[in-house]
Amino acid sequence: MALGRTWSVALVGLNGYMVEVEADIGQSLPAFVILGLPDAALNEARERIRSAAKNSGIPLSRRKITANLIPASLPKRGSGFDLAVAMAALRAANDIRPTGRTVFIAELGLDGRLRPVRGILPAVMAAVQAGYPDVVVAQANLAEASLVPGANVSGYRTLARLVLDFGADPQELALDFEPDDADDDPGASGEAAPCPDMADVSGQGEARRALEVAAAGAHHLLLTGPPGAGKTMLAERLPGILPDLEDHESMEVTAIHSLCGLPSSQVQLLRRPPFENPHHTATAAAIIGGGSGLPRPGAASRAHRGVLFLDEAPEYERRVLDALRQPLESGELVIHRSAGTAAYPARFQLVLAANPCPCGKASGKGLDCTCTPIMRRRYLARMSGPLLDRVDIQLQVERVSLADFGQGGAEEDTASVARRVRDARQRQVQRLGPLGLETNSQVSGRVLRGELRLAPGVTRILDHSLERGILTARGYDRVLRLAWTLADLGLRDAPDANDVGQALALRQATAAAA
Amino acid sequence: MKAKDLLGRHGEDLAVGYLETLGMLIVERNWRCSEGEIDVVALDGDVLVIAEVKTRRSLDYGHPFEAVGPDKLARLHRLGAAWCRDRELRMPLRRVDVIAVVDDGGGSPVVEHLKGVG
Repeated sequence: MALGRTWSVALVGLNGYMVEVEADIGQSLPAFVILGLPDAALNEARERIRSAAKNSGIPLSRRKITANLIPASLPKRGSGFDLAVAMAALRAANDIRPTGRTVFIAELGLDGRLRPVRGILPAVMAAVQAGYPDVVVAQANLAEASLVPGANVSGYRTLARLVLDFGADPQELALDFEPDDADDDPGASGEAAPCPDMADVSGQGEARRALEVAAAGAHHLLLTGPPGAGKTMLAERLPGILPDLEDHESMEVTAIHSLCGLPSSQVQLLRRPPFENPHHTATAAAIIGGGSGLPRPGAASRAHRGVLFLDEAPEYERRVLDALRQPLESGELVIHRSAGTAAYPARFQLVLAANPCPCGKASGKGLDCTCTPIMRRRYLARMSGPLLDRVDIQLQVERVSLADFGQGGAEEDTASVARRVRDARQRQVQRLGPLGLETNSQVSGRVLRGELRLAPGVTRILDHSLERGILTARGYDRVLRLAWTLADLGLRDAPDANDVGQALALRQATAAAA
Repeated sequence: MKAKDLLGRHGEDLAVGYLETLGMLIVERNWRCSEGEIDVVALDGDVLVIAEVKTRRSLDYGHPFEAVGPDKLARLHRLGAAWCRDRELRMPLRRVDVIAVVDDGGGSPVVEHLKGVG
């Protein structure tokens, strides 16, 4: 029977679907047809596969080859199906033995080498989950694919070596061809730069404290202040004081970055929270994900389990900022495009930085400020109320004073702050674990006012604010969350009135100023 | 005669011999008109066969089958109709066959045959 069958994986967003590849050899003039909604890259596979097979010493049949990728209705993209189609065609010609439930994911070079593809981690995860643990990938993808628990991954450098293991006749095979792996490594950029240290920040005691609270409870943060006050400097140091990622978080983060194409030198589980710092001219598609055909993850998803830092936040298009409201609530981005719908996780910690006005001089007494009151109001109003309502900590950062600036090096370093943050997180896990939560920022209002209800005396100041209309109901809950984090950092079992007062101050800093 | 024509002639001879072993009746060889040439016209039962023969010494420049593209196939179908008009025959059952001959001169030529293409 001139029919070959192999398996591969199609990725839609981070979700992988098993794809069965059939190849049939018909008694007709030479042709090569790929069915099953292939995109341009997959259609070009025909030429890559023919050349790769010929140069590996195992030429494809000189008849009409029809490859069908099942399910036919699922759009297939990219070059990762090359190997599965080639193996099916070779099997159809009876050049190799049946490959059973082995999954093939690799691109073919014209010389017969196997090349790495993007998104190998989520693809292998999907295969293992679907009950297909045997996976063949390019050697350059082996390290990344092997990160998946339960996967039985083999890496090959050339098609010739692979078909030899599947019973091809060794006589004709080009087995002495050994490509250099370095060729496949264009993105090698070495180690990621280490996160800058908190000790570099002079003074700014209040801001340092706010950063610590934000890290401890995974609260969103807004920093306003004049240019040069150190807003960017502070934000860049936030990932450093966040705790390492847990195993499952690490897999999620690595999967997203695999989809975006990890430099192969960094092929390992990402253990540190990512930091994304997009430019303020970025489009909605760049931040939340998008692109033609199937949507790709944007900066918000790349910052999953890490920090999304929007410097000069009012300069962003309002549309872009408001698009972040959905992931801030649900921790997920669902993006629709013509070729399908993709859901990417996007549970990031948002850090916004803003000047107080367009000229940037309106802090303090603001005597040098050349902006009119209207301009000032409009500037900060570009960050919409519903967005800011989701930001727990809103802090004004002032220029550092000469007194603080002089005594450099006396500040606490990242390691000591990170230790307190880690302890506070552990207290949260112990308290919230039974509720299925991890951090204070995730606790719903119902739980805050139910299981975690505070004594009436403790929340008096809040009740008063709510009554006077200074706080919204959502804002009330946010202050309670902050108060819990302050208690965790202070190693207290529940917030006291002092914690609640401090929390209210952290939340309201700009509200009072505006 | 040029070498390539000699090779083509040799291949056609082999192809004709092969078709005869299949029990086909050879009607005409190298029929020409203004539109082109049919290598072999044969009868397989009551089916008129328009056969195109492609001959190569080796596979270095591709398989002979690969030299028959969609344009060539369309022309063969037109030539079949032209042949019927020329002979004033009604042959509703017609097909186009392609025969590949690879002969490296080692005494064991390989003949491959595709029936009813296009």
